Amino acid sequence: MNAGLLADFSRITPALNVITDHERLRPFETDAFISHRAVPMCAILPEDETQVAAILASCSARGVPVVTRGAGTGISGGAIPSEDGVLLVLTRMNHIGKVDHQARTATVGPGVRNLAVSDAAAAHNLFYAPDPSSQLICSIGGNVAENSGGVHCLKYGLTTHNVLQVRLVLSGGESMTLGSRALDAAGYDLMAVVTGSEGMLGLVTEVVVKLTPVPEHVETLLAAFPSVTDAANAVGRIIGAGVVPAALEMMDKMVIEACEKFMSAGFPLDAEALLLIELDGVREEVADQLVRVEQVLNDCHAQEIRRAKSDAEREKLWKARKGAFAALATIRPDYYTIDGTIPRRCLPDVLARYTQLAEEYRMLVANVFHAGDGNLHPCIFYDATVPGEMERSEELGGKMLEICVEVGGTITGEHGVGVEKLRQMCVQFREAELATFHAIKAAFDPAGILNPGKGVPSLKRCAEWGGMHVREGKMPRADIPRF
Amino acid sequence: MENLIQSLTERVKQAASNNTPLAIHGGNSKSFYGGAIRGDALDLRAYTGIIDYEPKELVLTVRAGTPLQEIETALEAAGQMLPFEPPYYADTATIGGTVATGLSGPRRPYTGAVRDFVLGTRIINGKGEDLSFGGRVIKNVAGYDVSRLMTGAMGTLGVLLDISFKVLPKPTDEITLRFEMDEATAIQRFNEWAGKPLPISATSWHQGVAMVRLSGAAAGVKAAREKLGGEAVADAQAFWRDLRDHRAPFFEDAEPLRRLSVPSTTSPLSLDLPQWIEWGGALRWVKGAADVKVLREKIASVGGHATLFRHGDKSVGVFHPLAPVLAKIHVNLKAAFDPDNILNPGRMDNFS
Ligand SMILES: Cc1cc2nc3c(=O)[nH]c(=O)nc-3n(C[C@H](O)[C@H](O)[C@H](O)COP(=O)(O)OP(=O)(O)OC[C@H]3O[C@@H](n4cnc5c(N)ncnc54)[C@H](O)[C@@H]3O)c2cc1C
Repeated sequence: MNAGLLADFSRITPALNVITDHERLRPFETDAFISHRAVPMCAILPEDETQVAAILASCSARGVPVVTRGAGTGISGGAIPSEDGVLLVLTRMNHIGKVDHQARTATVGPGVRNLAVSDAAAAHNLFYAPDPSSQLICSIGGNVAENSGGVHCLKYGLTTHNVLQVRLVLSGGESMTLGSRALDAAGYDLMAVVTGSEGMLGLVTEVVVKLTPVPEHVETLLAAFPSVTDAANAVGRIIGAGVVPAALEMMDKMVIEACEKFMSAGFPLDAEALLLIELDGVREEVADQLVRVEQVLNDCHAQEIRRAKSDAEREKLWKARKGAFAALATIRPDYYTIDGTIPRRCLPDVLARYTQLAEEYRMLVANVFHAGDGNLHPCIFYDATVPGEMERSEELGGKMLEICVEVGGTITGEHGVGVEKLRQMCVQFREAELATFHAIKAAFDPAGILNPGKGVPSLKRCAEWGGMHVREGKMPRADIPRF
Repeated sequence: MENLIQSLTERVKQAASNNTPLAIHGGNSKSFYGGAIRGDALDLRAYTGIIDYEPKELVLTVRAGTPLQEIETALEAAGQMLPFEPPYYADTATIGGTVATGLSGPRRPYTGAVRDFVLGTRIINGKGEDLSFGGRVIKNVAGYDVSRLMTGAMGTLGVLLDISFKVLPKPTDEITLRFEMDEATAIQRFNEWAGKPLPISATSWHQGVAMVRLSGAAAGVKAAREKLGGEAVADAQAFWRDLRDHRAPFFEDAEPLRRLSVPSTTSPLSLDLPQWIEWGGALRWVKGAADVKVLREKIASVGGHATLFRHGDKSVGVFHPLAPVLAKIHVNLKAAFDPDNILNPGRMDNFS
């Protein structure tokens, strides 16, 4: 441990919570991307922005790398520490400030859990719309850093659409306010750049989020189809009919069976694919949409349509959907999930190509994903004890992501690049574009100490990649719903 | 079109090597807005046309020089819309200028701003490099969000070539309600209503009259109308269009017009200037002579920013000055995208 740095820290405040003991550092060695790990030189749990700024100022003066950590649920390795660096854990900055129901905003610390914001707003019949499946534990700071989505982002938008203002501390220790409580701010849209920047531009120390009125009425439908193609067609046709559902999720047969086995969700086992559709809004508007959606589902050969008749039934359906990834862990010991997005109209074609590729590689692939957004999460199963299987599955995953890029999509819809998709970044972007990203980073973090080596591959190194590995059926955070 | 891109990149490269500024323009419908224009004209109007539009996809990709009218006509035919209700200010408006200025219309507080619907861009930076960011998909977190950064950057970071948007179905029914109420009451009501699940799509207050537009399926609009009361307005479409494009008489004289963007709940500003309120209280247009320094301080103190929108003396700066730490990042970003400072220099005049 760097003695000068420790002396700096003790000067900030003697009460600063600095962890240097190896055993106590172990819990921080990885996030939910468990295949990489590193123990940092030390971890600090600051209490406020002043401490954050002082810590950063001394780290940048000494050229020490800094990695920020929220709840550590990231699945691309963004919060994995640098061995020779400091890890700033923001979980103690979890103060929920003012919930302003008139202005429909809440001011919260970066360590506040996503769901806690909606809980705090519930009394006013308001909620915070972005709902990643990890919402029970993931932090708002992490959500901003990853521009997280959720099953309801088709209608309500991503984090970038629901955050008004942040306080940001740069690597040199300078603090600033980005965005505003008004509907826009002077100058460049720096909020857009910082949202989704994976902790590489600055530390978010306070967030003002937008709150949304709880919809008056909700309808949840389950539709079963005799083929994946029929289900995929229905997705496009629903949207083509002028309906933007609050959520539109799809699962294939393998997922249906796993969910059934694991949770007895009551899914129809004779179906090849299921759609889970949620409509919300003004009661009369929802009634109107329901008619149109049912019509489309019938036209697309739905073999069964079920409508949740109570909140309990709705919850049961969502629980099964959000628990799908945990259920999949019962199929084979290991799997990893990728996160490409494609134009929705390519769904039938891309899914068919995935099936073909899976056959070529002789590997099992299950699909459960945000169909309305075209955000695919194919799960590739392998057995790490069989030599070569993991490598083959990684190769297959890489090909799947390349197909996403080929049809005009992207290598990551919501999980971020982190350390996981550095190689695919080189597939999606050309050299001058990557150079632009590096220049943006330098504009915020000239010292280059924030989350070094993540997010954007260096121009010479485009060779590293991995996946969300699940070993021996033990998945990270098995206690919470997946995606 | 690839030849045209080639020649545009050549022009930018040449400008960079001769250090001669370029003034990027489309239909010049918004040339009044922003810092003074200087440099050789770089006309984007030949770079026109819809590249890809599949209504089922809710995604539209267009060339920057495409007239806004052409785009809205194509969307209309499919029952869809640009959800930010872009202001034209003149019929010649192009989509490139719409994105570069980042201006949104009456629907903005209820569905989102231009930046919320921009998914991807292809640009030429100040070095003459042809770059693409984002894409044609709704969710994309690969790399920093350069496309949204381009939105509202006044062309100072790159020449916009292609832009992809998320579009939305156009509500089938619309009704506008009129209420007589004072400013403070209107601000309060607008905020209360926005906190309820009502299909409001625009709000306005001017001279003791509040207007509220409801949009959605017929039954939903009807139910909301019953909840809100007020009196239905005939020919309301023209009203909202005139407000969007500043064709109402309020906006038509040569008085300096200021755009005050403030938190929606900000109580009446009492500036003693003629005023028009939009965006549920979050946008306040005022006109007439004012002490800029005092005005900016006042607006900053409520958490907003003041822009000299049209007419008046630009020498004191059009945009609200930035805090020094923010200005430094702006200078760094400008240098990263346009090291020779040739793209629309000075058009965004609150840093450097
Ligand atoms: C079971 C499961 C389900 C998931 N479901 C979804 C889903 O549905 N949708 C989705 O989008 N994601 C999902 N995720 C991914 C993950 O939960 C999100 O990316 C989340 O936003 C991460 O938040 P966190 O607090 O855990 O951040 P961390 O993992 O701690 O950090 C993530 C990144 O953000 C940076 N960071 C954290 N806090 C700050 C800060 N205050 N300032 C600057 N940088 C910061 C870190 O350096 C790191 O790069 C899921 C993950 C799991 C394990």
